[in-house]
Amino acid sequence: MKHKNYDIVVIGAGPAGSVAARYAAEQGASVLMLERDREAGIPVRCAEGVSRNGIAPFIDINPKWIAATIDSACLHSPDGEQAYMYNNGTGYVLERRLFDTELCNLAITTGVEMLTKADAIGLEYSGEKITGVRFKHFGEIKIANCSIVIGADGVESRVGRWAGINTALALNDIDTCVQYTVSGIDFESDACHFYFGKKVSPGGYIWIFPKSGNTANIGIGISGDLAAEKGPKAYLDEFMKRTFPEAKVNYTVFGGVPTAWGLKEYIKDNIMLVGDAARQVNPITGGGIVQAMIAAGIAGQVAADSIKAGDQSKKFLLRYKKEWDSKLGKIQKTMYSMKERFMKMDDSKFNNLVRLCQSIPKEEFSLKKLFSVAMKGDPLLVAEIARAFVASKLK
Amino acid sequence: MIINRELCDICGSCVAVCPVDAISVSEFCVTINQDKCIECGNCQQICPARAISGAKK
Repeated sequence: MKHKNYDIVVIGAGPAGSVAARYAAEQGASVLMLERDREAGIPVRCAEGVSRNGIAPFIDINPKWIAATIDSACLHSPDGEQAYMYNNGTGYVLERRLFDTELCNLAITTGVEMLTKADAIGLEYSGEKITGVRFKHFGEIKIANCSIVIGADGVESRVGRWAGINTALALNDIDTCVQYTVSGIDFESDACHFYFGKKVSPGGYIWIFPKSGNTANIGIGISGDLAAEKGPKAYLDEFMKRTFPEAKVNYTVFGGVPTAWGLKEYIKDNIMLVGDAARQVNPITGGGIVQAMIAAGIAGQVAADSIKAGDQSKKFLLRYKKEWDSKLGKIQKTMYSMKERFMKMDDSKFNNLVRLCQSIPKEEFSLKKLFSVAMKGDPLLVAEIARAFVASKLK
Repeated sequence: MIINRELCDICGSCVAVCPVDAISVSEFCVTINQDKCIECGNCQQICPARAISGAKK
C-alpha cells in the first residue's frame, strides 16, 4: 500500500474544499485535495445563484462562469400575485461547473496537490488519533498521512461520521429538491422568481434562475418532513404543466439541501468540517456557496496556523469556530428561528407580504420604504420581513 | 431498505438523514448496509428521486 505524507488532506473539491485547500497552501502547508468524481464541479446539484459581494473576496469575477446577472427578485404569492424587489447589490447565476473548476485551479496553482477519482473510504488512526485518510484511486487503496483532515464532502458527508461526529439531519432540517434546466421560454434575463405556497411547495419554494441563451434553472425544494406522501418532482411537474407547458427540459438533477443552523460539533482533534458537510447553509434560502467559502477560508487559515504551531488539538482548531461564530454562525441561528416561523406561517401571510411589496414602485424599493408601508399594513409582518432581508443579503 | 438504481441520482440526501450511518455513496452508486439499517424510513421519505422503498411503517 502506498503512503504519502502531507500536513493537510482536504476531502472534496467543491467551493468549500478548494478554498480551504488554497488558504492553507498559501500559508505554506502541504495540502492534498481528494475529489471523488472525475473533475471538480460535476454533477451540478445547485440552483447556481450567488451574490456578487459574497463571492468577490474569494475569486476574481470572470464573465466566463457567469450565466446571468440579476438585479431583482420577484416574489409570487400563493394566490397568484407578484411583486418585484430590488436587492442590495448584484446577483449572479453561475455556471457552477466552470466556477468550481476555476476555484480548483486557484488551489492547484497555489501548490495544492489534487487527485480526481479519489474516493475517500475512511480515516487512519494511531490509537485514538487521526493520522490520515484512506482512499480508493483507480482501483488501488492508498493512504495519505496527515496532521489535519478537512471534510468538505458535501451534504452526503461521511467524513464527520468516521470521526464520531453526528452529522445526521432531522427530516425538517433538509429540503428535498429537484431542478430542471429548461429551454424554449423567453425568460427575463435579469430577474429571479420565487413561488410560495403550501400547495406549490410545502415548507420551501420554487425558484427560477435565468441562465444564458434563454435557458433557466427551475427547481423546487420542499421540507423533508412534508415529503412523505408526495415528492418534490410531483410538485414541480404540476408547476411546469401549469406555468410553462411549452418548456423543454435539458437537464434534470436531484439533491438535498441542509436547512439546519449548523452542527453542534464539527471540530475535533485533527479534523474540521466545512460547507454542506458542516451544514453551513442559510436555513431560509438554502444558499450555501458563500457560507461554505467563508467557513473554508477560516478553516484553511486555522489549519495552516496549527501546522506552524505544531498543535492540532481540538482546542487550537476551535479558533475556526470562534471566527465562524463571529462572522456568520450566530446569524445562522437567527435565520434558523426565522425559518421555523416561516414554516408555520399560513398562506395568507405570504399573500400579505407580496401585496405589501407590490404597493411600492420597484425603483423606489428600499428596506426603509417597505418598513413604513408594512407598519401600516401588517405590523406583525415587519419583523419577519426585516429578517428575511438580512437573509437575502447574506445569501 | 431497497434502492432502485435505475431511479437513483446518487445525490446523497439519504446519507444525510440516516441516523445509523448505514448508507455509503461512491461516484457511481449508493449502497445501504442492511446489517446496520434499522428501517426507519428516513431515506425513503427524503429521496427526491423516489428511488428507495421498504420502510416498515
